Amino acid sequence: MTAHSKTETGEAATPSRAASVQTIVSPGGIGAWLVEDYAVPLVALEFALIGGAAQDPQGKPGVATLLAGLLDEGAGPYDSDAFHRALEEQAIELSFSADRDFLSGRMQTLARNKAQAFELLHLAVAEARLEADAFERVKSQIAAGLKRELNDPDHAASRALRGLSYPGHPYGAPLRGDLDTLPDLTRTDVFDMRAATFARDNLKIAVVGAIDAETLGKYLDEVFGALREEASLAPVADVVFSGAGTRHIVDLDVPQSTIRFGRQGIARSDKDLIPAMVVNHVLGGGVFSARLFKEVREKRGLAYSVYSRLIDEDHAAMLWGGTSTKNERAAESMQVIEAEIRNLSEAGPTEEELDKAKKYLIGSYALRFDTSTKIAGHLARLQAEGYGVDFLDERNRLIAGVTMEDAKRAAKRLFGDGSLLVAVVGRPVGM
Amino acid sequence: MSHAKPLGPAELTLSTSAPAKPAGPAVTTARLANGLDIVVIPDHRAPVVTHMVWYRNGSADDPVGKSGIAHFLEHLMFKGTKDHPAGKFSELIADLGGQENAFTSNDYTAYFQRAAKEHLKVCMDYEADRMSNLVLTDEVVKPERDVVLEERRMRTDSDPADLLNEAVQAALFTRHPYGTPVIGWADDIEGLGRADALAYYERFYTPENAILIVAGDVDPAAVIDLATTVYGSIPARGAAPKRFRPREPDIHAHRLVTLADQKVEQPSYQTVFRVPSYRTAARGEAEALEVLAHFLGGGQASLLFKTLVIDKKIAVSAGAHYAGTALDDTRFYAYASPAPGVSLETLDSEIERIIAEVAKKGIEEADLARAKTRLVADAIYAQDSQVALAQWYGASLAAGLALTDIASWPERIEAVTAADVVKAARWLDRRCSVTGFLLPEQAAAA
Repeated sequence: MTAHSKTETGEAATPSRAASVQTIVSPGGIGAWLVEDYAVPLVALEFALIGGAAQDPQGKPGVATLLAGLLDEGAGPYDSDAFHRALEEQAIELSFSADRDFLSGRMQTLARNKAQAFELLHLAVAEARLEADAFERVKSQIAAGLKRELNDPDHAASRALRGLSYPGHPYGAPLRGDLDTLPDLTRTDVFDMRAATFARDNLKIAVVGAIDAETLGKYLDEVFGALREEASLAPVADVVFSGAGTRHIVDLDVPQSTIRFGRQGIARSDKDLIPAMVVNHVLGGGVFSARLFKEVREKRGLAYSVYSRLIDEDHAAMLWGGTSTKNERAAESMQVIEAEIRNLSEAGPTEEELDKAKKYLIGSYALRFDTSTKIAGHLARLQAEGYGVDFLDERNRLIAGVTMEDAKRAAKRLFGDGSLLVAVVGRPVGM
Repeated sequence: MSHAKPLGPAELTLSTSAPAKPAGPAVTTARLANGLDIVVIPDHRAPVVTHMVWYRNGSADDPVGKSGIAHFLEHLMFKGTKDHPAGKFSELIADLGGQENAFTSNDYTAYFQRAAKEHLKVCMDYEADRMSNLVLTDEVVKPERDVVLEERRMRTDSDPADLLNEAVQAALFTRHPYGTPVIGWADDIEGLGRADALAYYERFYTPENAILIVAGDVDPAAVIDLATTVYGSIPARGAAPKRFRPREPDIHAHRLVTLADQKVEQPSYQTVFRVPSYRTAARGEAEALEVLAHFLGGGQASLLFKTLVIDKKIAVSAGAHYAGTALDDTRFYAYASPAPGVSLETLDSEIERIIAEVAKKGIEEADLARAKTRLVADAIYAQDSQVALAQWYGASLAAGLALTDIASWPERIEAVTAADVVKAARWLDRRCSVTGFLLPEQAAAA
């Protein structure tokens, strides 16, 4: 239930984060991670059901998003309007969304209203009506959102990059659906998705706040106990990043070129994931000292925003980044970015950069644990990604243990020959 | 990382809920001899601290012809001092695993760091240093101005919806600077230089004009002691700078602002009314506007959503929002996105009818109670986040409110009556409002 805390020599004796997490099992056999805390009279819960948009039927992206959007649109005895009134009468927050590999739900309630909150969550999870009227309404809302994003440079560039990276794979399809195929989505698709993915064996739960394990266990049985035992997920193939070394321009009449770039990343299960995280931080992590920030923004004033990230999904891994720069200087920005990537691949980070990146990544982890909803979200995601409670302490130890040799090896693997898939939206000059 | 986030009216489409409003936590306050105000908000759940300095000046204090200077200076505040040359503090705070950022709004500019609690002094040393010792050279000012122009291209010039928002605000405020975008007009930004920045800095970056907010796992007395040592050494300037803002005249004309662009695929509608803020309103009036906004358009149980989206099916989304935290008279928004085939004129007349009906018939007791419950709960939810608490205190104080205003907010919301809501609805007078239509290009030609 609680984890040991090995303190490394030389490292300040930080309290074990894992020790604050209780791994509980309800009387009915539902597992959850619980952080019991009475400082604020609130309860936050987040759950993930493995599946997500990766389970969208071929040619019908957006089904998981549609299902998530329908869960609070009428359930059990309530129609949509009555359900939202019931939430509001007790100031209960409830929301659902779909990601690539899972569908998640978030609930936040004042502790005194938790009985009603868990009851409404139960109705949404187990008895959502998925009625025709709500189905059409949510579909039209998704369509409006897709139209709004269609010519938005950030969305358009990210969409283009995804499609080119993973052609023919569900990861390459737009997460929230496609305007052309959205009309083809049927209620049957949504019912099928729920039947296939709402099951106890792919459910991950995290709870934070003013509730004890015994009380929570009782509620978990009420909310999730009636779900079927086993999910029946369609197999999803592992997929390798494609298109590195090619550039694609989407013409849009805007003064700025919005650029997204990518190449193969390092898989979550790979022993070089942590070193790769560290070297990516040196390249384009969220600090003013990152190389891309310094070279692109600070020295040359080429852009406001420039960054790189590692995106790890269950069946793929990507190095991903972007910037937005005026059309006349888009080519120059890309040259600067590519030069930094090649340089890191060949020479690796400096000792100082490595040291600073490790310090930042270790020290800033605490900032993810300052609100109940953030903690619940992080704990649910860790479970969905296959990590155990121990990882809460292990993560920083692994980062501390990254050597220059590890960093150079990871940089070479991650940045390779530096070739990138580049998608540009705008009217870049000279690209 | 972005160290500039103008909080603008563009956000109206993102959220229909009011900003979080704390009530309960035991805050400690102090004022140093040099005029610096201090607020300490304890939160002992995690060993971290949020350190913020708010200046009581924002884009609405930009001199005429120098729009964008508040925001530009916010960027330049990261360019270093003699003791902390450019980048040194950023590296230091990153080494500590800390995060830093800043943002500019109409009424304030704020800087913050978040780090493990033992690093509070480091943050204070730096923030106090750059309150009076900023060093600017053309070498750093010029590329940073290009960065701001890129920021404007990214947020606004490439986005028809944001260009429309700018035009709507400019129409609503014809003289008052709330009509000018936080980031500034592009022509003005291009003309900003080192001398402008330093003049602005001299005028506003003073202890009398600043509010220090520390939230987190700290002992209030120790924080105030530390602040007295660190910030107390900054010499007083004598008086807080004055803000000179022209009064907005009452304009008795409805204005329709239309933007049609080939990039627009999904039309949208907004109407903005000029209404009193928490600071300018008569007693109880702002609270009634807050309740009215929630009743009209706060989420899926609201009147606009239920009527337009659920019942009549002429919109796919709809809501309302009251931007109550402002130094001067502010905005009340109603907005919607039409269902396919529905014209913005149809939405416009339907929303006008709904608002008129509320002004006439008022609000049912059950709806009033529900709206109040939801709003007051925000005060408890805010306690879950030291950042949200710090921001609410900072924004309120910088907008001219007192600590007592923040503490009594839930009970003042509770005190709102149905009659108050009816009275507040009379502020939503179409004859003085501005309506914005965002349209695809071909629709405008038709």
